[in-house]
Amino acid sequence: MTQVTTINTITLAELCIFAASEAFRGNGEVIATGVGPVPRLAAGLAKLTHSPELMMTDGEAYLVEQPVPIGPRAYDDRKPAGYLPFSRFFDSAVWTGRRHAMVTPTQLDRFGQINLSYMGGTYRQPKTQMLGVRGFPGNTIYHANSFFFPAHGPRVFVPGEVDMISGVGYNPAKRVAGGNYSGVDLKSIVTNLCVMDFGGTDNAIRVVSLHPGVTFEEVQEATGFALEKAPEITVTPLPGAEALAVIAALDPHDIRATVIKDNPPAVRA
Amino acid sequence: MLDKRMSAAEIVAQIKDGMTVGIAGWGPRRKPMALVRELLRSDVKDLTVVAYGGADVGMLCAAGKVRKLVFAFVSLDAIPLEPWFRKSRESGALEVLELDEGMFQWGLKAAAFGLPFLPTRVGLGTDLAALGGLKTVQSPYDDGETLIAMPALKLDVALLHVNRSDWRGNVQVFGPDSYYDEWFAKAAAKTFVSCEELVDRMEDHYPEQAQDNLFERCFVSGVIEMPGGAHPSSMPPHYGWDMKAFKAYAAAAKDPGDWAAVQDRFVGVNEADYLNSIGGKEAVAALPLPIF
Repeated sequence: MTQVTTINTITLAELCIFAASEAFRGNGEVIATGVGPVPRLAAGLAKLTHSPELMMTDGEAYLVEQPVPIGPRAYDDRKPAGYLPFSRFFDSAVWTGRRHAMVTPTQLDRFGQINLSYMGGTYRQPKTQMLGVRGFPGNTIYHANSFFFPAHGPRVFVPGEVDMISGVGYNPAKRVAGGNYSGVDLKSIVTNLCVMDFGGTDNAIRVVSLHPGVTFEEVQEATGFALEKAPEITVTPLPGAEALAVIAALDPHDIRATVIKDNPPAVRA
Repeated sequence: MLDKRMSAAEIVAQIKDGMTVGIAGWGPRRKPMALVRELLRSDVKDLTVVAYGGADVGMLCAAGKVRKLVFAFVSLDAIPLEPWFRKSRESGALEVLELDEGMFQWGLKAAAFGLPFLPTRVGLGTDLAALGGLKTVQSPYDDGETLIAMPALKLDVALLHVNRSDWRGNVQVFGPDSYYDEWFAKAAAKTFVSCEELVDRMEDHYPEQAQDNLFERCFVSGVIEMPGGAHPSSMPPHYGWDMKAFKAYAAAAKDPGDWAAVQDRFVGVNEADYLNSIGGKEAVAALPLPIF
């Protein structure tokens, strides 16, 4: 009965963290950067379980070997083992390809091109201004990237192409002759519905696993472009007791409960 | 003895209409806000502003000081979308050059070294080059690689806020991260530095911290002591950012939404008046460092 109780209390956010941590498996000694609670907890979980060789920062300037928990805590809880400030981030991590970032852009298209700059309107006068391209153009041409989306829908997975291409994808029309695109490495997309990768025809996005109770049709319906299927689509596995304990320790204030609308259980009722 | 001390008004008088001004710091961190406030009190206009933007960019845009903005992001971190910057962008008031964060510092380095450009892969495969008019170059070696030629970001003036300086411009910069402050200093024809603490001769006061001299004094044209001068941005280890002040500033973009009506609140008639309005430099010094 204990087992059943546990399964019923696992949340979809925890399942996503567990699935997202797989993206960091076997990456070697690279900086694992998770932006936002689920990606950051996923990177920490990966380091504390299957991939201790991963490197990460405290969210600021220092490298830590013990992932820093998220949310309020004492300032000096951090125990630096190394130093990686922004002032040398491009030299050390980005432009050497020694990084894997998991991020949540505003839009992503069928080529894996992403946008977080602006939507609608023009370069001179956008309809909706967002953050700006930040480091995405450099990240996507130099190192591995994965994505997490808490609300899988056609406004995120847009038809056609994203409004402002802020990150390199696999769009042949955007490849300048003689350019070196060997560093482009889009790995995994984790959403509240499924896990996808770029292993389809010509790097097309394909569904690899469906979260418990989700159908391929439901995912396709929520996506603005045609998805491919992996040869064998599996059910996204539930985190076990060890993973759940690590997640809870890294998120003592249960911030993960606020990520997906209504914080649903991993297994649909 | 070489004495580079200046008043804030004298520093801002060096900035003329149409100049290109680099503002060091990063988003809500280490921003020379006291000098930005002095700029906001002046009549200077039509500036090209080059910054890893935070409230510095938001305020200058809101006040109509900016003709062109060179940026990779404008953000207050915990308030991800800088509301006054958004308003300016969505009104079509700004000419822009949008860059990747890494290309941006590459452009500062090209300027620092007097080069017309530096090559990079960054920007290929995105809309940056086409929208920003960036051109490509081809490697003259066997690889023949096509690369983006990131143009030098030459600055007429750079503004920085540092931890310490002496009268001659021997700065000391500490805290966990100095971002790209040294490259702003080196990319500019003239760099003006405000500091938390000013001493006459650095060697008589803090010789043991000479390794914190992030860049040499030949890159400093003027210095001024302005404790609390980064407020509301953070200045580790002295103080953290003032999230309450950022929230009030962000809320004002909605209501009343008119910068002219609120500039006095966020800029003050002079720096002493501004510091008084937020509880004095002691209140700034008491702001806790942010935890990530």
